[in-house]
Amino acid sequence: MTDFLWLIPLIPLAGAAVNGLAGRRFPKPAVTLVACGSAAMAFLLALGCFFDLMKLEPGARHVLKVYFSWIASGDFVAKAELLLDPLSAVMILIVTGVGFIIHVYSIGYMHAEDGYYRFFAYMNLFLFSMLTLVLAGNFLLMFVGWEGVGLCSYLLIGYYFDRRSAGDAGKKAFIVNRIGDVGFILGIFLIFLTFNSLNFQEVFRQIAGGAQRFPVEAGIGILTAIGLLLFVGATGKSAQIPLYVWLPDAMEGPTPVSALIHAATMVTAGVYMVVRCSPIFSRAPFALSVVMTIGILTALMAATIGLVQKDIKRVLAYSTVSQLGYMFVAAGVGAFSAAIFHLMTHAFFKALLFLGAGSVIHAMGGEQDLTRMGGLRRHAPITFWTMLIAALAISGIFPLAGFFSKDEILWSAWSRGHPFVWLFGFITAGLTAFYMFRLVFLAFAGEGRYPEEVRHHLHESPASMTGPLVVLGVLSIIGGFIGLPAWLGSNRFFHFLEPSLSMALQPEHPEASHAAELAFAALSIAVALAGIYTAYRLYIKNPKRAGELAVRWKELYRVLSRKYYVDELYDAAIIKPALSGSTHVLWKWADSKGIDGAVNGAGQAVQYFASVLKGIQNGMIRSYAAWIFLGTVAMLIYIYLFWPGY
Amino acid sequence: MGLLHYLILSLLLFIVGAAGFIIKKNVISVFLCLELMLNAVNLSFVAFARHLNQVEGQIFVFFVMVVAAAEAAVGLAITIVLFRNRNTLSVDDADTMKW
Repeated sequence: MTDFLWLIPLIPLAGAAVNGLAGRRFPKPAVTLVACGSAAMAFLLALGCFFDLMKLEPGARHVLKVYFSWIASGDFVAKAELLLDPLSAVMILIVTGVGFIIHVYSIGYMHAEDGYYRFFAYMNLFLFSMLTLVLAGNFLLMFVGWEGVGLCSYLLIGYYFDRRSAGDAGKKAFIVNRIGDVGFILGIFLIFLTFNSLNFQEVFRQIAGGAQRFPVEAGIGILTAIGLLLFVGATGKSAQIPLYVWLPDAMEGPTPVSALIHAATMVTAGVYMVVRCSPIFSRAPFALSVVMTIGILTALMAATIGLVQKDIKRVLAYSTVSQLGYMFVAAGVGAFSAAIFHLMTHAFFKALLFLGAGSVIHAMGGEQDLTRMGGLRRHAPITFWTMLIAALAISGIFPLAGFFSKDEILWSAWSRGHPFVWLFGFITAGLTAFYMFRLVFLAFAGEGRYPEEVRHHLHESPASMTGPLVVLGVLSIIGGFIGLPAWLGSNRFFHFLEPSLSMALQPEHPEASHAAELAFAALSIAVALAGIYTAYRLYIKNPKRAGELAVRWKELYRVLSRKYYVDELYDAAIIKPALSGSTHVLWKWADSKGIDGAVNGAGQAVQYFASVLKGIQNGMIRSYAAWIFLGTVAMLIYIYLFWPGY
Repeated sequence: MGLLHYLILSLLLFIVGAAGFIIKKNVISVFLCLELMLNAVNLSFVAFARHLNQVEGQIFVFFVMVVAAAEAAVGLAITIVLFRNRNTLSVDDADTMKW
């Protein structure tokens, strides 16, 4: 099957081409068949490749397929090469699996939208880009996928382009991502400059090689610089401080897009990239501690903002930012496989939460405000139960998927000597449980806070939407069992990933007892239960209490609901100066006066000289003949006088 | 009679043609002057061919004659059209092709 590795990204590309070019003329079922069929085929191929990989010895699980020489210029060679190893195998399974499920869900969710074919063409294009990103065997091809997913994200956020806010959100996402991408590509330049190659294996072999050219850096060295530049790219794509601002706005896109791109797959590309570059990061402690610090601050900050948001999708968006912070914490403390583990479980339950939210919005006829929901449990039972499972999973309740992965991260932080990171993560876990159950209680419990005509409209979503919910619900329950912690047996997931991470330097850390790990797991569950109980007290037992608290802590509430004024700060510090600078300096001065002046001046100069010379061209043939005659004579005289030999 | 005599005759013919081309106003006369210039050149071609004992000059004369014939056909046609449209044969009246 690995011979067909190239088909995994190319089948969705073909689907995108067919739907994008001719989908307008197709009936809807044909569009659906092409889109979902290509996603399903990619998933089956990915499964086949995965099982082929499993057949190999663990040490040999590294399949590099070189297809052709893509760019060759002097020393610089970039090949079209795909790399299948445990890390990319996990990623393609997540991308194609969750991607296929969300494609199926979209059939129901998007059935009444204009541009149905356009939506699916973009979705397939996204799958192609994302699969290129994770399968790429060198940095440059990875960058192609990296930019491709950014483009698809922009197109899909602006899907409802007749709505101004959607167009603005798309542009914001695109521009903020560009800032990160500058860092990423500078990092790639630096890698090529240092190692004279862009192939992952070649670069990592040089770093880990016997010559010891690149030991662990005590201060700031070349690896630290590379790591920090790459991480700038990761903060853009994975919505970390200071570039996270685009993700909440990205919720303007259709909900399946939020689930696939802005929760499950694309935003985790930064985490994947950091883990892929673990040989670099693990030798650059400073870069790694930057990753860890940014991660934990983002996790905590986004969780606090999520506490007070009223829009159901924005709560989930901040939750995504927060969980991505967790993944970077895991990478930052050197627990790279824990980061990928959380990436996977998060893909399951966060996609489920978004799809559930989409089902709620669908039922409510487009309403997204949590304060105008309530009592949906009776009207949409499947949505309720699956959302409940996802909320329990993300809160970290044993034995759902989120428990194992989040606990692994918190335990890694503690056992590797970062007690403050653990503490912040611990608080964030409590906050996560609180805001998730706030969402569930506000939407599904109590009495409906909506007018009578909405109540009549309420309905459970069609099977094409609830089916994916159930599948993801099952995955959210059992997804954690492949990565059981040491006190429950051996961690097969980490074992499987090991070959991909073999070149990373594992920091020495004392082997802690299983009893301590168990105690910390109990603490995590306790804080999650405390968060859930608080939400229960505030939103079910005494629904007025939440409003009273918001009044009592008015200042705090305002700061949180205004998202720490970060958007306002960026507006004042960056956007306004840039805008006025472009208007007054670049437009009115440089462009109008400088460039226009030069062009118009050239035209005027030509006109002036022409007014002198055009007297010659008077239309009189005899005068032309005289000029020709005189010219010829002048030339002959010149040749006679000045050319040697005449 | 050496080469020089032929060349002097050719030069005189050419000067007469060129001067006529510039001075004369009637299109037919201008044409005649043009032919005069061409044949002045033909004369020097033939003279050189004889002098250098090479045939290329004579071949070139054929080319010039062919071109001259074609040019005469086109030129006379233009003259007729000019006369029909403008009712004149003066080149100075056909001066609309300018800036």
